[in-house]
Amino acid sequence: MNFAQRHITVALAAVLGLIAVAYVGVQGNLQLLFGVVVPYLALLLFFEGIIYRVIKWARSPVPFKIPTTAGQVKSLPWVPRTLGDKLDNPESKAWVIGRMALEVLAFRSLFRNTRTELVSDPKYPEKARLVHWSYKWLWLGAIAFHYAFLIIVLRHLRFFFEPTPQAIALLSEIDGFWQFFIPTFYLTDIIIVLALLYLLGRRLANANLRYLTLASDYFPLFLILGIVSTGILMRYFFKTDITAVKQLVMGLVSLKPVIPAGISPLFYVHLFLVCVLLAYFPYSKLLHAPGVFFSPTRNLPGNNRWELHVNPWNYPVKFHPYMEYEDQFRDAMYEAGIPVEKEPEAAVAEEE
Amino acid sequence: MADYKNEFGWFAPKPTVEKKIYSLKAVAVGLGIFLVVFGAPLLLNMGQVHPVPQPSLDTPAIQKLAEKERQCVEPTEWMRANHMQLLWDWREQVVRTGERYYTTSQGKKVLASLSNNCMECHSNKSQFCDQCHNYVAVAPNCWGCHLPKEQNVAKAEGK
Repeated sequence: MNFAQRHITVALAAVLGLIAVAYVGVQGNLQLLFGVVVPYLALLLFFEGIIYRVIKWARSPVPFKIPTTAGQVKSLPWVPRTLGDKLDNPESKAWVIGRMALEVLAFRSLFRNTRTELVSDPKYPEKARLVHWSYKWLWLGAIAFHYAFLIIVLRHLRFFFEPTPQAIALLSEIDGFWQFFIPTFYLTDIIIVLALLYLLGRRLANANLRYLTLASDYFPLFLILGIVSTGILMRYFFKTDITAVKQLVMGLVSLKPVIPAGISPLFYVHLFLVCVLLAYFPYSKLLHAPGVFFSPTRNLPGNNRWELHVNPWNYPVKFHPYMEYEDQFRDAMYEAGIPVEKEPEAAVAEEE
Repeated sequence: MADYKNEFGWFAPKPTVEKKIYSLKAVAVGLGIFLVVFGAPLLLNMGQVHPVPQPSLDTPAIQKLAEKERQCVEPTEWMRANHMQLLWDWREQVVRTGERYYTTSQGKKVLASLSNNCMECHSNKSQFCDQCHNYVAVAPNCWGCHLPKEQNVAKAEGK
């Protein structure tokens, strides 16, 4: 087994193992464990982990502002700056919020993604040319995945509120506007599958990426694919009584847990994978969600030229200023003909 | 203490970084938003009691039936999860092939019709269908064409 195969196998085996654990557990009547105990535990880990991480990050001092973000920094009045410059190299907090919003909502950094490749030169077939080109597919896959995931999560809120908020019902209706299949087919279901397969395929197809990709990169992909596929199977093919599912969820969120009868094992597998995702979230690369707010190149204004940023871990440094240096070596300097601030006689007179 | 030297000499106390939360205000606001948004389902529902939908079987047609015969075209458990599929299949079958009868898993032949079979017994849409549909926010488009009978009855009685 080579490097990539080993990492894929570990991640895939972990997800399949989790599915098997939940399935076997529910067959063995452990509904209480998988329907109540595990979700609460996962939520606890999720909140605890995120708060811990955020506070830990907040305690790390930032030594300096990074002035070399893209875009012309605010300078003399006649140096032109476009809107893009202002957003990429913000001069104030308000513009920083703009840059952060662009990053969080539109994945600005990924949109700027380029790819560097050696391609054959048609003029000189024996030579290769290094080409940099704008590569938007990763951005497209990422943004499709994230927004589909967001809409799916929001749609699921119908199980968490009674009565269901109008906005959630409306969102589901828009998502299912094709009115195709029964129950209504949701557009986001197919988008998220395609996006995930692209994000996975991207890592598998390119040799460089295959070498960079570890089990901890495959695992979340397989895990979310597992969640999505169990959800799709449950919605369209092997249906379960969702009234009972809502009773279970409402029991959880009102802190009065119940285990209604008539929920299929497939639902518990789905729920268990979601719990694993929640518990895994704060201890993995998925933390880029809160992490983006702590990126120094995103959250600090480019105002180095007119505002001093003091390194928080500066400590008193013993300086050796020039006058002390000259006091030390004045005679030698004078002898060697090096110009001095004070003539030796004047210095002696001053001391006396 | 490590083997360490700085401008202050050997084994001089290491420069320490102040232990504090930097930009506390922004971090507190961010964490607050996170907790409120992600904790909303818990915060809003905590301790509340939500009535479980009770689809009513109390209609004249069902009352008329003997206790033993009170059975849907398929087992109740199966119908709870799959009735939409059955109705969809019936629609395809009736509209495309003209075959108006459906053979149940018990081998009985029944009329494949929402208005003329299902709603003969379940004539109480608001007490039966809507109970669960509203609970899980499902808006089936059956009622775009099919008129729930109870409305007609109510109208007739109103006159």
